[in-house]
Amino acid sequence: MSEPEIHGSDEIHTSDIVIIGAGPVGLFSVFQCGMLGMSCQLVDALPASGGQCAALYPEKPIYDIPAVPQLNAAELIDCLEQQIAPFAPIFHLDQQVIELQRVGEYWDLLTAAGKSLRGKAIIIAAGVGAFGPNRPPLANIERYEGRHVHYMVGEREQFRDQRVVIAGGGDSAVDWALALVDVAAKIYVIHRRERFRAAPDSVDKMHALANAGKIELVIPYQLAGLEGDKTSAEDSTLRAVLVKHLDGTERRLEADHLLAFFGLASKLGPINNWNLGIHNGGIAVDPTTCVTELPGVYAVGDIAMYPHKLKLILTGFAEAAQAAHAAYTVVNPGKALHFQHSTTSGIPGLEK
Amino acid sequence: MTMIHFIRTNGEKVSIDAIPGSTVMEVAREHDLPMLAACGGSLACASCHVIVDEAWFEKLGELSEEEEDLLDTAHGLTHTSRLCCQIKVSDNIDGLVVNLTPME
Repeated sequence: MSEPEIHGSDEIHTSDIVIIGAGPVGLFSVFQCGMLGMSCQLVDALPASGGQCAALYPEKPIYDIPAVPQLNAAELIDCLEQQIAPFAPIFHLDQQVIELQRVGEYWDLLTAAGKSLRGKAIIIAAGVGAFGPNRPPLANIERYEGRHVHYMVGEREQFRDQRVVIAGGGDSAVDWALALVDVAAKIYVIHRRERFRAAPDSVDKMHALANAGKIELVIPYQLAGLEGDKTSAEDSTLRAVLVKHLDGTERRLEADHLLAFFGLASKLGPINNWNLGIHNGGIAVDPTTCVTELPGVYAVGDIAMYPHKLKLILTGFAEAAQAAHAAYTVVNPGKALHFQHSTTSGIPGLEK
Repeated sequence: MTMIHFIRTNGEKVSIDAIPGSTVMEVAREHDLPMLAACGGSLACASCHVIVDEAWFEKLGELSEEEEDLLDTAHGLTHTSRLCCQIKVSDNIDGLVVNLTPME
């Protein structure tokens, strides 16, 4: 395992392999690389490992993992983390990758948190892309993000005496409506239908507050637009949120803030710009090695594409093994790869 | 023969002879139409949202509560919004018209 190198103030985190994506296939790539003596670091946009398994369906049962009749997605991630623990992978979470650059014999990755990660090979296990807030597609929304449009809330106090529009029908929307009722000057809750998919007690409380006139429910409406301060040059001050009834009627809600709670959505983002021949969200690879169009850059799991590809965790695990063996020759040029089954080799670094 | 007519966001119509038993999402993906279908049809996202032609909506039957819940996270909804991973191709939907939604 290589120690991070220090170059002045710029620390470069170095390992044999850098894995993009800490979902099930990214995690298992650590195992396959580790069995071949290669060190790994992982980077993921989410604040926790597990990818879709953790973010989208932790409670859903999975039945097609060989020799495991049933386990849920969160348990699968727990088991994988135990399995790779002997290889001491380094995690860089809560930061999307931004740039990939060839530097001599290395690939350097820059993350949104400003970290530099260096490896002799890269394994992209990015699934359907990096998860981020599911942003409503409203014109110019980026102008207001941060100051007026929020996808998560830190401090209640920032909304004191402010007019707040909350959009969404889940727990976040309901919980924040309840949390801000005594703080904000006005609260609107926009939702597309009567039913909220939130804790029933909280929904009841919200309805009671609505009946008492403390919260205005705007149902069945959805977001239609944002209106800024037209007198200012950049127009970056929010004045109103426009909403539309499913039948087409529009309403203009004067507001200082929009809290948009539509869960997570995934996007490939910067990976699109790396000349990887991406088509419809997939990276073309040679399935026998999982190598992409860039030498030393591999893609595995849902993002790897070839004819008759099956998007299964099972397939991704096998691809991780293909990629690790192919990457070995890049990481260890001129060194023979002595193939061993785990029954023979044991887990390197563990007492047999 | 079960024809499914997809209308792209630019208005272009793509008609596909689909095999009964698959889902409309699978038909779209197999024919390279722009659709993320991130979760692969496991009812865990809303990225296969389509707008069904009004004449067809009721013929497709009721939406499950799970599908309704996920539609809450879609944008640009209408009264005939569906997740097309939940629409099974069968002889009963021969001629179905669905409008694709913008893929980010």
